[in-house]
Amino acid sequence: MQLAVNILVLAAIYALICCGYVLIYRVSRVLSLAHGELMMLGAYGLYATASLFSGHPIVAIAAAAAIALAVGVAVYFALMWRMTGESVLAAVLATIALGILLRGAMILMFGTQTRYPLRDLGWTNASLDILGARISAVGLALIVCTALVYLGLAVFLLATRWGIRMRAAGQHPLLAAQRGIGLHGIYALAWGLATFTGGLAGMLIASDAGLESTLVIIGLKAFPAALVGGLDSLVGALVGSLVVAAAEVLLINYVDPLLSDVVPFAILLAMLVVRPWGLFGTREELDRV
Amino acid sequence: MSGYFRTRYTEDSALLDTRSRKFWLAVLLAGLAAYPFAANVLWLELANQVLLASVGAIALMLLTGYAGQISLGHAGLLAAGAFTTGILFKELSAPFWVTLPASAVLGAALGLLFGLPSLRLRGLYLAVSTLALHFIVIYLGGEYETRRGYSTGIVIDSPIGDARAWYFVLLAASAATLVFALNLLRARTGRAWRAIHGREAVAEALGIDVHRAKLSAFVISSTLTSMAGCLLAYYRGFVSAEAFSLYLTIEYVAMIIIGGMGSLLGAILGTVFVVLFPYAIDAAMALLGMAERLSSVVFAVNYAAFGLAMIAFLVFEPQGLVGLWRRARDWFALWPFKQRPLSR
Repeated sequence: MQLAVNILVLAAIYALICCGYVLIYRVSRVLSLAHGELMMLGAYGLYATASLFSGHPIVAIAAAAAIALAVGVAVYFALMWRMTGESVLAAVLATIALGILLRGAMILMFGTQTRYPLRDLGWTNASLDILGARISAVGLALIVCTALVYLGLAVFLLATRWGIRMRAAGQHPLLAAQRGIGLHGIYALAWGLATFTGGLAGMLIASDAGLESTLVIIGLKAFPAALVGGLDSLVGALVGSLVVAAAEVLLINYVDPLLSDVVPFAILLAMLVVRPWGLFGTREELDRV
Repeated sequence: MSGYFRTRYTEDSALLDTRSRKFWLAVLLAGLAAYPFAANVLWLELANQVLLASVGAIALMLLTGYAGQISLGHAGLLAAGAFTTGILFKELSAPFWVTLPASAVLGAALGLLFGLPSLRLRGLYLAVSTLALHFIVIYLGGEYETRRGYSTGIVIDSPIGDARAWYFVLLAASAATLVFALNLLRARTGRAWRAIHGREAVAEALGIDVHRAKLSAFVISSTLTSMAGCLLAYYRGFVSAEAFSLYLTIEYVAMIIIGGMGSLLGAILGTVFVVLFPYAIDAAMALLGMAERLSSVVFAVNYAAFGLAMIAFLVFEPQGLVGLWRRARDWFALWPFKQRPLSR
């Protein structure tokens, strides 16, 4: 039972991070390798607002979420829109360079010691007992949050005007632009949403385990989950997160704790050999010459 | 009629075609030979680092810049060579002439392994699969370290102690790699690589075995990289899994991007830029009088500045340093006329 809960929490973490990768890739065909750093920036945003609005935790969280959204839009307009139409390698490298820049800037601004944003908000991370398994309050919040985010994204993409525009832009940018859809606005929105969800994940992980540089590695480890599910499918991201999290938790538990950093990548490699487009991804884009 | 004509095939395939080129190459060689006797300890160390890194950068340029196969597993390949050397040295106390071929063989085998996904995958997916292999190689290296109790790293006794001797060894290695790459690129293999880079379907129609060309690019590139890793192990005298992080891969990719894709000169210029960059930042901070205030976060300043430099090159000068060099050269060669770029 404890194992099942651990798997569920880890899967929720991965899924929450993954939807950022999926959103950006699905809409603009760019793989953002700065996602881990953007997550960390979101967590630092919470750390900063927690001390700014001390005593009003809800206001602090809302402000941090707004900052994350704004940062994503800013990243697009400052850097990524220049990369539209460039080669795949150039766009990916631009995100890598952005990641390095952000990592350096964050250390310069906030230092290297571990921070505890949850304590600054004035809350404690209680341990709950559900059906004989222990789960931290933040872990529970993570699962709820992930469910809400995915529900919200599904409603947004399927039922709202902007969501439909976003799907159209992802499917065929040229035709979408011909129909009067402003691509830059859509892409910026995708970056904003991705950074928002990533920032949310960063805040929650930092609340659970403290805010330090390992957050970036978690961000990178979530990426295989997105690819296993299929890089352009949100349902796939959920399933992929579950698969990767299950494999990771079980192998750590029964084989070797040191495996934790490799397991996602080993699964990724196996997936790439057998079914490169992932469980739920579209196939044709791989074979396009 | 005036001008320079090539009338024989030997002239067409000569690496050095004009007398002035031969002259300048001789000057360059003389300068390189005299360098260690003129430079102080720091500059000698920097030159050694540049020469060492240039081998890996040329290898990556062959793979990414010419054959067009994106790889994010370069640090993993360097690690493979370094760990082969370290393990053979520790377990069998093997000498240099055993560890270098062993590293090369392992590099070739890994190149085949890294290359296999390239037969099915393109672009982004290929980059991701090489990234995954990087993590697996590093994990295996780290596993060896912890299992054998070298948790802080493997110490290797280097047969060469003197920095000046190292300079000539590394210069020879770098020059050999460069000449090898130059020869390869004007031969059938290199032309096949360029063809598959251009368009795979057309290359296949021309009678090029695409699978073979891709695999050969991976195998040759990773053999060279693994040998560079072996040299690195001896040069540092120390191997540890932490030294081969993802950041090292990024540095190598930055070398070929900043230098300029599809040019061996670019690989070398980029290596010089990337290796000297942190020292330039240090010097700049000392000059501005901020060195003491920022001394504890020097690496963070380096990170931020390196990210900025990479972004600047990607956005403003996608041709890299070699593009800048070509533009400057054309400006002088064509003066007083101006060359207008064809596109835009």
